[in-house]
Amino acid sequence: MSTTAKQNGLVKWIDSRLPIFTLLDHSVGSGYPTPRNLNYFWNFGSLAGVTLIVMILSGIFLAMNYTAHVDHAFNSVERIMRDVNGGWLIRYIHVNGASMFFIVVYIHIFRGLYYGSYKAPRELLWILGVVLLLLMMATAFMGYVLPWGQMSFWGATVITNLFSAFPIVGEAIVTLLWGGFSVDNPTLNRFFALHYLMPFVIVGVVILHIAALHQFGSNNPLGIDAKSDKDKIPFHPYYTVKDLFGIGVFAIIFAFFVFFAPNFFGEPDNYIPANPMQTPPHIVPEWYFLPFYAILRSIPDKLGGVLAMFAAIGVLAVLPWLDTSKIRSTKFRPVYFWFFWLLVLDCFVLGWAGGKPAEGIYVIVGRIATAYYFLHFLVVLPLLGKLETPKPLPSSIAAAVLGSGAAPAGARMEKP
Amino acid sequence: MLKKLVLAAGLTLGLVSGGLISGGLVSSARAAGDAAPLPNQTWGFHGVFGTYDRAAAQRGFQVYKEVCAACHSLSLVSYRNLRDLGFSEEEVKAIAAAYKVTDGPNDVGEMFERPARPSDRIVKPYPNEKASRAANNGAYPPDLSLMNKARVGGPDYTYALLVGYEKPPADVQLLDGQYYNKYFPGMKIAMPQPLNEGQVTFADGTPATIANMSRDVTVFMNWAAEPELEKRHRLGVQVILFLIVATGFFYAAKRRVWADIH
Amino acid sequence: MAQSANQAQKHATATGETRRDFITLTAGAMGGIGAIAFILPFINSMNPAADTLALASTEVDIGAIKVGQSVTVTWRGKPVFIRHRTEEEIKTAEAVSPAEMPDPQTDKDRVKKPEWLVLIGVCTHLGCVPNGQKVGETKGDFGGWFCPCHGSHYDMSGRIRKGPAPRNLEVPQYAFLTDTTLRIG
Repeated sequence: MSTTAKQNGLVKWIDSRLPIFTLLDHSVGSGYPTPRNLNYFWNFGSLAGVTLIVMILSGIFLAMNYTAHVDHAFNSVERIMRDVNGGWLIRYIHVNGASMFFIVVYIHIFRGLYYGSYKAPRELLWILGVVLLLLMMATAFMGYVLPWGQMSFWGATVITNLFSAFPIVGEAIVTLLWGGFSVDNPTLNRFFALHYLMPFVIVGVVILHIAALHQFGSNNPLGIDAKSDKDKIPFHPYYTVKDLFGIGVFAIIFAFFVFFAPNFFGEPDNYIPANPMQTPPHIVPEWYFLPFYAILRSIPDKLGGVLAMFAAIGVLAVLPWLDTSKIRSTKFRPVYFWFFWLLVLDCFVLGWAGGKPAEGIYVIVGRIATAYYFLHFLVVLPLLGKLETPKPLPSSIAAAVLGSGAAPAGARMEKP
Repeated sequence: MLKKLVLAAGLTLGLVSGGLISGGLVSSARAAGDAAPLPNQTWGFHGVFGTYDRAAAQRGFQVYKEVCAACHSLSLVSYRNLRDLGFSEEEVKAIAAAYKVTDGPNDVGEMFERPARPSDRIVKPYPNEKASRAANNGAYPPDLSLMNKARVGGPDYTYALLVGYEKPPADVQLLDGQYYNKYFPGMKIAMPQPLNEGQVTFADGTPATIANMSRDVTVFMNWAAEPELEKRHRLGVQVILFLIVATGFFYAAKRRVWADIH
Repeated sequence: MAQSANQAQKHATATGETRRDFITLTAGAMGGIGAIAFILPFINSMNPAADTLALASTEVDIGAIKVGQSVTVTWRGKPVFIRHRTEEEIKTAEAVSPAEMPDPQTDKDRVKKPEWLVLIGVCTHLGCVPNGQKVGETKGDFGGWFCPCHGSHYDMSGRIRKGPAPRNLEVPQYAFLTDTTLRIG
């Protein structure tokens, strides 16, 4: 209650009855002590939050002009592009926003992997993040179906058919998802309803994610706990202004795609209206699903492929227990450092292979990359924690940042 | 600090460009499948300040109207949209009035024909897909409204296809109703060569060569697919300039706030 | 964005360690302008779209409407009343002194040709469609139209004479293209 205590009377009156200002202050205000050494990779959490808001806002206004019916969906989207005031802008923000969201979130995830943000005591924070990733994927998939182009339709057909891999109940699940005997109007309708709902579920889980974060505070590039006040600075104004700068840079990149390469991430085929009688020659999911698509295709068995794909995300959820090393930051793990970058490379290779036709060398590369993906989590991480000799950790954040014994020049953490 | 900034920016760029490259590879693989690679063309509507050449687009509309429209619909474009190309309100009314649309039912419950109005969509050559297949040997001439966005290569593809008709090589067997076009996936296309020298007469004296007509109709089709392009480019320049200035101030503010930390 | 920047300044001032200087103030202002500019296109998207505006005029064939008959046509999603008035109706409408009406207007100001009355059939009170178009419907105390929602009475010129409606029934823009074709809008 540092800032709010000095606020005007009205704020005080409200806050004593409904402590929203205190809550804000403790979440993103001066009442949230934060490690002083966070680097720019810590911007991506707030960027993800901003992108979520942008997506919800643009989505609501698109929904005002969209018609969830197989006969009208495609044309209603084109009407948004052509006739609705600024409709093209809103749609391109939404379309490219999805790609931006995944770029931001993937960087956010790899930051967590590099600096060991998933380790005790932040396991639940990490698992909530995995849940958010799953929700995002489901939302993005259903959103992609809505324009009812060729890729929408055939993407929906292929992905819903994944569930037919499960023995006995598979077919029943697929029929239930479709609400018919193929992807059709009932499917489109429910996907629209769920696509509208899911972002708000995501908001709910994000609130839990932030609540879990504040329990122990942010991790930091050194991966050691912030001990004294010297190690911390208030979130506001230091990280609010830093996040603001990050948002500015992000907005420039985002705007570039919206205005000058709006269909860069898209597939030309999705500008052809859905035709249930004809599959396009090469169907590929959106780029952010490609690594998972590659894993799906590398297993030559239908059920096995589907299970491997889900396992690729599932393995992330149990990551805190697979990694046996107590050291969080890769800075102090000279061997893991190389495995981390190998994993990054592996994910790019998977993404590349997933975008290629399922034949020849692409399948072999995809299989090797899939094998490493699972080896990394299931074999390398458990063993490495036991075998690796970490570098010595600094005694405190302040000591590492300021040099030992340095005066706490900027420490102005206010005690509540 | 600066090092970290560079690192973060580097990784972001790396991820983005990695995506770009794999995206690009995906596309080129598809285009290269079983057709000749598309020659790159220079288009006035490309680039940050790109706009549509009005005269070319108007000539392109003439080509569409006199040649393509015999088989291809342009169902997402209305006559009123032609004002964007520099036609006056009166010209648009006159263009529309030359077409008949079915309206109704009238007071006695019957459908009737009336001249098209600017608010009507461009009249289709066939009432539906079945009729169009019946008239075209079973092939369906696709709608052209989004063609430049719906094909890999966009305008380059459209242009290449229109100029890409050739005598088939000796080893290529063509069935009846098939034509050889090296830029079409599979190289066998059901559309006969649509443009011939001197097929239309341009009022501005532009020679009606196949290349000229193809270029102009490609410009027109790009406008049909992306009518917002000029607005998008103009607004984009303003938005990005604003964001660069604002981000500069954000960075300065960040430096100031953090001055006592380092 | 703007808010956080503002708070940054407040915080700074309050703690007395930095002053509210030009840079932070401008940064906050830029953030605020950016956020507002970002919202505007969303709001504007709710205005009528280009295809909606393009349909803003409609043509009606009035040749078949007999004297004393009314028809209702749709224009911009609203009912438009077109009445071919009788001599008697015209006389009654012209004879009344407008001075005692809630919204004084002469009949001449409301028609282009006295025999044709064109009105937007939406009650100026709260937007219901008044009765009186069909034979047998209540026409109200003044023989024109009667709004069933809250009891507004309109006369043979569509003027409000009694009831809560504040204004006369609106006359849309219209023009006679020929003797039998009317364009509304």
